[in-house]
Amino acid sequence: MSLVARHLEANGIPTVVIATARDIVESAAVPRLLFVDFPLGAPCGEPWNTEQQRDVLEQAFHLLETATTPRTTVDAGLVWSKGERWKDLVFTEEQPFLPGEAGEAWLKKKEAYRQLKAGGKL
Amino acid sequence: MSDRPADALRPYVRYIDKTRSYYLSQGYAKPYAWAHNEDAPFTPLTKPLSASTLTIISTSEIAIKDDPRFADDAETKAVGHVYAVPSDTPASRLYSRTQSYDRYATTLDDANAYFPLDRLHEAAARGRIGRVASQCLGVYNAYSQRKTCERDAPVVLGQCRAMGVDVALLVPV
Repeated sequence: MSLVARHLEANGIPTVVIATARDIVESAAVPRLLFVDFPLGAPCGEPWNTEQQRDVLEQAFHLLETATTPRTTVDAGLVWSKGERWKDLVFTEEQPFLPGEAGEAWLKKKEAYRQLKAGGKL
Repeated sequence: MSDRPADALRPYVRYIDKTRSYYLSQGYAKPYAWAHNEDAPFTPLTKPLSASTLTIISTSEIAIKDDPRFADDAETKAVGHVYAVPSDTPASRLYSRTQSYDRYATTLDDANAYFPLDRLHEAAARGRIGRVASQCLGVYNAYSQRKTCERDAPVVLGQCRAMGVDVALLVPV
């Protein structure tokens, strides 16, 4: 996604990335990043919290209007309403990232890719 | 880490480090090489947002409920692909097929939490932005940074230009 942002920006379309994985986006280096310190899956505000979602979008607009240099990161300053324990547990044995069926679906997708590649379809 | 009080603030998650040690522990020896750049391009806004056309570009595997186009696209999902979602689709008809989210902490039941289409329409309705482009775009993970750069990103650019997009919101899930 960051790579797409860079391509658009290099070709004259301003972009803002709204993301939770700050280190990944900053490693790829994008023009503007609004960082939301939430679990993967909720970069634009908590589910059903429309006021907060409006706030996140407004912060993204503001970043578009005020950034003057690339690699500008703004922290949206939000804290997950159920507390920060999720950060201790993400990617642990206790809470595997792709448990059961999700892991199988991921492996299946990987295998489909491998077969397409082997079959010369890529 | 986990013995911290539940209400104490933590620093943000370092996913690159976390995933590296997690997948090492799962028996994957070769860590994923995340994209890394020192510089980034920059294009300032050329006109006010209130006169601009915006779109959303998403990697959340966004799909429309009861739409046959999304029923059987395992192959395109596997190879990476750019596709359009009409922006007049109510967010209540949108859903995500992604597995790559924190299923313990959140849910994908409200598309606006990762694909803020209703919120964007509200911003257009009150004049904060000019308009929402006719289509939003989805980009499937291509498993290849080269394919994303050389194949998918130019397709996204072409579609944005065809729709007269002035500004793009990009939301990785």
